[in-house]
Amino acid sequence: MEKARPLWANSLQFVFACISYAVGLGNVWRFPYLCQMYGGGSFLVPYIIMLFVEGMPLLYLELAVGQRMRQGSIGAWRTISPYLSGVGLASVVASFFLATYYNIINAWAFWYLFHSFQDPLPWSVCPLNHNRTGYDEECEKASSTQYFWYRKTLNISPSIQDSGRVQWEPALCLVLAWLVVYLCILRGTESTGKVVYFTASLPYCVLLIYLVRGLTLHGATNGLAYMFTPKLEQLANPKAWINAATQIFFSLGLGFGSLIAFASYNQPSNNCQKHAIIVSLINSSTSIFASIVTFSIYGFKATFNYESCLDKVILLLTNSFDLEDGFLTPSNLEQVKSYLASAFPSKYSEVLPQIKNCSLQSELATAVQGTGLSFIVYTEAIKNMEVSQLWSVLYFLMLLMLGIGSMLGNTAAILTPLTDSKVISRHLPKEAISGLVCLVNCVIGLVFTMEAGNYWFDIFNDYAATLSLLLIVLVETIAVCYVYGLRRFESDLKAMTGRTLNWYWKVIWAGVSPLLIVSLFVFYLTDYILTGTLKYQAWDASQGQLVTKDYPPHALAVIGLLVASSTMCIPLVALGTFITRCFKRKGDTPPVA
Amino acid sequence: MLRLLFVLVPAIHAQLCQPDAENAFKVRLSIRTALGDKAYVWDTNEEYLFKAMVAFSMRKVPNRETTEISHVLLCNVTQRVSFWFVVTDPSKNHTLPAVEIESAIRMNRNRINNAFFLNDQSLEFLKIPTTLAPPTDPSVPIWIIIFGVIFCIVIVAVVLLILSGIRERRRKSKEPSEADDTEDKCENTITIENGIPCDPLDTKGGHINDAFMTEDERLTPL
Repeated sequence: MEKARPLWANSLQFVFACISYAVGLGNVWRFPYLCQMYGGGSFLVPYIIMLFVEGMPLLYLELAVGQRMRQGSIGAWRTISPYLSGVGLASVVASFFLATYYNIINAWAFWYLFHSFQDPLPWSVCPLNHNRTGYDEECEKASSTQYFWYRKTLNISPSIQDSGRVQWEPALCLVLAWLVVYLCILRGTESTGKVVYFTASLPYCVLLIYLVRGLTLHGATNGLAYMFTPKLEQLANPKAWINAATQIFFSLGLGFGSLIAFASYNQPSNNCQKHAIIVSLINSSTSIFASIVTFSIYGFKATFNYESCLDKVILLLTNSFDLEDGFLTPSNLEQVKSYLASAFPSKYSEVLPQIKNCSLQSELATAVQGTGLSFIVYTEAIKNMEVSQLWSVLYFLMLLMLGIGSMLGNTAAILTPLTDSKVISRHLPKEAISGLVCLVNCVIGLVFTMEAGNYWFDIFNDYAATLSLLLIVLVETIAVCYVYGLRRFESDLKAMTGRTLNWYWKVIWAGVSPLLIVSLFVFYLTDYILTGTLKYQAWDASQGQLVTKDYPPHALAVIGLLVASSTMCIPLVALGTFITRCFKRKGDTPPVA
Repeated sequence: MLRLLFVLVPAIHAQLCQPDAENAFKVRLSIRTALGDKAYVWDTNEEYLFKAMVAFSMRKVPNRETTEISHVLLCNVTQRVSFWFVVTDPSKNHTLPAVEIESAIRMNRNRINNAFFLNDQSLEFLKIPTTLAPPTDPSVPIWIIIFGVIFCIVIVAVVLLILSGIRERRRKSKEPSEADDTEDKCENTITIENGIPCDPLDTKGGHINDAFMTEDERLTPL
């Protein structure tokens, strides 16, 4: 007797699962950076256009495929065409890489969360050096937040060649992160469905609290004004459009197979068109919402640093010229400086090299993305707020929820094909399969807890799932439209949901999306080729800042392997299926009677 | 003669206390930055208090218990507020070595700061480094405690879920065999209609109908 496929308890769970998966760390730490780099308010124009032209249609396509085929990615694509089950396999491989490196971010979030229960926050003060006469040298050169991130959390080595040992503290946090993920996926949709209520809604609560707090911070308006002043000339920059397209693409998590997996647990009559529109709109508005919060925090941090810089200059001048304490204020600083330059020229020229030019604009212009934004810039802002422990706990809880929500989708993409496969599910219960997958990923993830782990993390982050995903989604779109047949798919959907397919979707699926993805693909390839040797940012402890270095040959080999292992699945499996079919046909040909 | 002395003594004082003189220390106060509205004006009374605090600190040093307030000399008071000071010996001819003054000030830094409502940053003794507070290292780092709690909760939850899953599966595998028993019971219940029991033919498992049984015997064997 066939076991009935587990279903979501209600369609709300499905929507929440998709939102929880799509709304991830990229919305918080990549979109604000792109907004800042490509013209502030005017970046929203290419972003929204790409949302309607690329994001929504491709999301709808994946959900429709999953709901129609009612199987994980491998099974779904095998049903469309046996030659194309390589697409499903490539998705699973890409998801596997993603799962391996993504959870280390959750481990770091746990680490910072546990350290938030101290007074003062450990990243707000520099530790003392060995003989207690001053502060630690590396911490003095960099800042206390950078020191805590690079030295205390990562214990980073100077280059990718010095691997160092596995650090037990991040390793413990990684084990905990995988245990939490296992707890959530243990019972399949039954447990995942309940967890996603939490992981989808809590980040919004925290973002709302932070929005209110952020807007009331001193200097927040500086950041918001900086972000939202549109720089319309950036609209002519092709990079802005390409980055908008890439951001929409990766933010929705297309091509990993997670959306197919989630949709396969749907009732066949589910209105996935409505859900696709809802999920993509919510994802984009969350990005914009998160960037408002981020920019008010940026504004606060930049204003704080600017004012401290001014205070330092004032102190320097007051001490050198023995002026009355409190005489120099930021408003009369320039006047007094010119007076001093004319009245005491020799002394002033002595002091001049030490006087820094404090500029609010340059503080605001420091655009950061990725782990640097979350773990260095945000913590710097948090340490200057009142009751910083509370804000810190809230913030890292939010990061955790976002990260775990995305991990649920990633692991679903890997587990659904495994549990669908009759060979494996006959021998092992689904708890054991999930446990094995988590264990394998955890052990491989220990690489990222070594001293050079952050460099490997950057490699995985930049190369594991970028090029291969573009190829996967391109093949998916072409497969559905041309191999399976758009008309056939349309009639399937009509039979399934009872609604006719709008002409808009047909046009986009068949024409616009493949062209767009091909152009993105070409851009990426030319970018890789033009930059020549690939470089990375390494932390130099003696200088207290990042330096650029070249990747060594073995790192380049790993990059090549990462990209090749998922992309090569498609042609290799197609070839393999072709060959086995040829053999079968030869074996089946009956002897001529 | 006395008039000469009056002229000479300040002159000697002036020589002992000078900016960058031997064994002289510069002090810098930032009263308005530290206290804001509650800032007090630096006048000769405050200078007297300062001299008293320095003399008090020196009296704590062995062999210097006889230091008087008059032995502490201040000079070059600026608007900043900053000034230089030296501590002389009882003969008022030599200044005490800088090392002794430095160690005395460091021992009593807290008392001196408190007398003026200031701290190490707003009452600076240039050339005397501040002693930094030693870090408070708890025996067990706090983060490990919280980590341990969350870890145990998660492990307990995982084990509970796995066990309940196993129990459910065992219950499901027992259910089909229970369903078969109830079916047999249904068949064994005798249906009664109009008070007469009707025996279901199936349970009798094939009964020979006597009417046909003797047919073979009626036919004469060939």
